[in-house]
Amino acid sequence: MRQKPFPKMVPNRVPIEDWSEKKDVNDRLTPYNWLFIQHAEVEINGAETELTIPRRCMHCVNPPCVKLCPWGAAKQLENGISRIDSDICLGGSKCRKVCPWHIPQRQTGTGLYLDFLPSMAGNGVMYKCDRCYNRIADGEVPACIQACPEDVQTIGPRDEILQKAHALAAEINGYIYGENENGGTNTIYVSPVPFEELNKAIDKGKGKPHLKPVEDTMAQANNLAVAMLVAPIAGIAAAVGKFYKRTK
Amino acid sequence: MDHGQSNTSAISLPGRWFYLITVFFLTLSGFGQMPIFKRYYIADIPGLGWLAEFFITHYIHYLAAILFLAFAAYMLIDYLLSKRKSRQMTANGYVRSVLLAGILASGIFLVIRNLAGSNFSSGFIIFLDLCHLGLVMAFLFVSLYCLVSKKHWTTVR
Repeated sequence: MRQKPFPKMVPNRVPIEDWSEKKDVNDRLTPYNWLFIQHAEVEINGAETELTIPRRCMHCVNPPCVKLCPWGAAKQLENGISRIDSDICLGGSKCRKVCPWHIPQRQTGTGLYLDFLPSMAGNGVMYKCDRCYNRIADGEVPACIQACPEDVQTIGPRDEILQKAHALAAEINGYIYGENENGGTNTIYVSPVPFEELNKAIDKGKGKPHLKPVEDTMAQANNLAVAMLVAPIAGIAAAVGKFYKRTK
Repeated sequence: MDHGQSNTSAISLPGRWFYLITVFFLTLSGFGQMPIFKRYYIADIPGLGWLAEFFITHYIHYLAAILFLAFAAYMLIDYLLSKRKSRQMTANGYVRSVLLAGILASGIFLVIRNLAGSNFSSGFIIFLDLCHLGLVMAFLFVSLYCLVSKKHWTTVR
């Protein structure tokens, strides 16, 4: 399936992103590694403590990767999971650009674009955590929950998880991330130290997402939707007004 | 909305410019929804860098759509109430109206899709995306043909 050498890219500045020989990389997100562990050295009650944070797609409540994908290759399931359909994705990486955490990662030389104009349009397939949607459909938990030796993750309906997160935060005097980030995500973190501090302590960069506050990226345009309802009414009113003025 | 001589025009000059500029920005920002302007250096042209910023093109597409919706509603009602007595729609006028209606309808569904909590099936979303793009391409080709061959939306009865 993976075609090598990759089709020549036009123009040649189009980046080739090839992780097929680096499948073992596990200290960042790659097309083959959809979750990695971030480390943060922080001080809790005067003691140096190392926190480990599983990082993957946040599964936003209103995910810009899904909503802004020009082909509908990124999808949101009814249970809130967002996933990229690797059979449809053309690898344009718009999803990575519009994602506040730049989560999706590209593998060049695979996917549907090879069947069209591989040199002119498309550049592989974008991959990211799909929350093991197929395991969940079978009534199982995601693989990362099963594999985690510390048992740090819990899965369930968002409102229940939020309740649990608030209870836990109250218990440890902690902080919450994901309740409001990007308008709310389906991943909720609870930390004993403020996320501002955590964000400073973690290694950030390509494939290593931050923990900064994030505004609701879809909200700005969505707020215009009301004006879209009013616009035709205004147009109709103007035409009717003109008609009555003339017939008077 | 004809592109012909002013004495046969059913629309004022400012109206015509409003239409052309709105359609121009709708098309530009619409194509900007695909990741092509950066790849093909268009966003490198000074002043056009915004074409590679997806949230900006998205917002501009919405703004232009608001203006276009108001304009289209005005033109339609004005035609039905006033202009229809003296002018009739031409065949290409009907073709363009139908194409525009399809573009607007698919666009409205896409706006609803973008709201939090909307849950259209992925097959329907793919249909909307392809429909919106396909109809725009058809509309642009028909409009270009009409512009070149001076075909008008309406003609005097």
